[in-house]
Amino acid sequence: MATERELNKRIKSVKNISQVTSALAAVSASKASRAQRQAEATRHYARKAFEIIQNLAAQPGASAATHPLMMARPEVRTIGLILMTSDRGLAGSYNMNMIALADRFLTAAGKPARVITVGRKGRDAMVRRGRNVVATFDRIPDPPSFLDITAIARVAIDGMMNEDVDQVFIGYSEFVNLVTRQPVIRQLLPLRPANADEIPGAEYVSGVDVVKASQQSYTYEPNAEVLLDDIVPRFTRLQVYQSLLEAFASEHSARMVAMNNATDNAAELVDILTLERNKARQASITSEILDIVGGAEALKNM
Amino acid sequence: MPIQCDIITQERIVFSGAVDSVNLPGAEGRMGILPNHSPLLTTLDFGEVYIRRDGGEEFFAIGGGFVEVQPDHVTILADSAEQADEIDLERAERARLQAEEIMRTGVKDDPERIAAVRASLLRAQARVEVGRRRRRAQPMGGGHPADRDKN
Repeated sequence: MATERELNKRIKSVKNISQVTSALAAVSASKASRAQRQAEATRHYARKAFEIIQNLAAQPGASAATHPLMMARPEVRTIGLILMTSDRGLAGSYNMNMIALADRFLTAAGKPARVITVGRKGRDAMVRRGRNVVATFDRIPDPPSFLDITAIARVAIDGMMNEDVDQVFIGYSEFVNLVTRQPVIRQLLPLRPANADEIPGAEYVSGVDVVKASQQSYTYEPNAEVLLDDIVPRFTRLQVYQSLLEAFASEHSARMVAMNNATDNAAELVDILTLERNKARQASITSEILDIVGGAEALKNM
Repeated sequence: MPIQCDIITQERIVFSGAVDSVNLPGAEGRMGILPNHSPLLTTLDFGEVYIRRDGGEEFFAIGGGFVEVQPDHVTILADSAEQADEIDLERAERARLQAEEIMRTGVKDDPERIAAVRASLLRAQARVEVGRRRRRAQPMGGGHPADRDKN
């Protein structure tokens, strides 16, 4: 049995840890609520933009939108995956769940894949698994600005334009609420939503809400080409940005929950250790009394 | 019959409601949009958007973006947008002068920087314009807002 001194030491160190975890939980809580606001604010814009893309994709005949980033390729030879994880751990199962989903997806897709990682955890995991990692991004500022994702979107867009990849997916944790998040993989490019049978590994890819598309032809100003060249990359960037905001909100809330749990566990551990220490102290007092009593008895009999 | 108008930036919904008409700076010049307009997709210039509803007008400063028009709705996806009474006129004026100054003296051979400064200049100009309009436009009514510009 541990001595009173040893137990005191352990109690002290557990208390120190719980101070750190509760501080981290508090920091994460404030970051999470800010990230949540940011992610939700952009959702309206992203949803409207997506509706417009749906309308564009449904354009009949002559006004049909033809842009290399919009049209589905006849054959999908290589796929790309942007994987969003965090740089730092201490966020419970946040990174593991995302990486596991990405791994299952890439295996199920069964095609050569080029992986772009955002965040160190995802990068390390993909490299360890021997995936073809073509670009990595880390230390994204928090809160992220639209400029911060330009380079990420650029890699995806260039990959499509150079025909290095025929389809690009994006994997991130979707923020549901402060205690729930959902790792998802969505199709990023081509922008035109594909049917399930056109997607390799489709069982791991989340569907997009089907919006009622208008069948009426658009008038484009200045003209379709200029407009699509502007809008299509912009929407791609927007989607990457939205995904990153969701991922950040998920990361902070996951860390908040994990650190709250750690703080609770520490408190429980302190209780158990305190009980044990009191027992140890009691035992040592008892044995000291026994010594004295025993000594006194021995003297009496002399 | 009113038309649904949404002015949205990446940060927030600036305006959403049923209006009688929308006037906006399109890529090919200003255009007025009434209900039942044919579908249209265009980029937006820096400048002013005004909407009419309930016999009054409301003004917004827009910093580029694009707009989708359908017979029953107008969706303005703006890079930046403020309603007239949100604009801090003094600050906008300062920003405009500052940007003008940089354009004159500072940047020469960095095309990206020139574009950025130019954009902030145009944005500041739009803000100043709309901010001033709000002051002059009290009380509401009178001629066409675009005509008032020329004075």
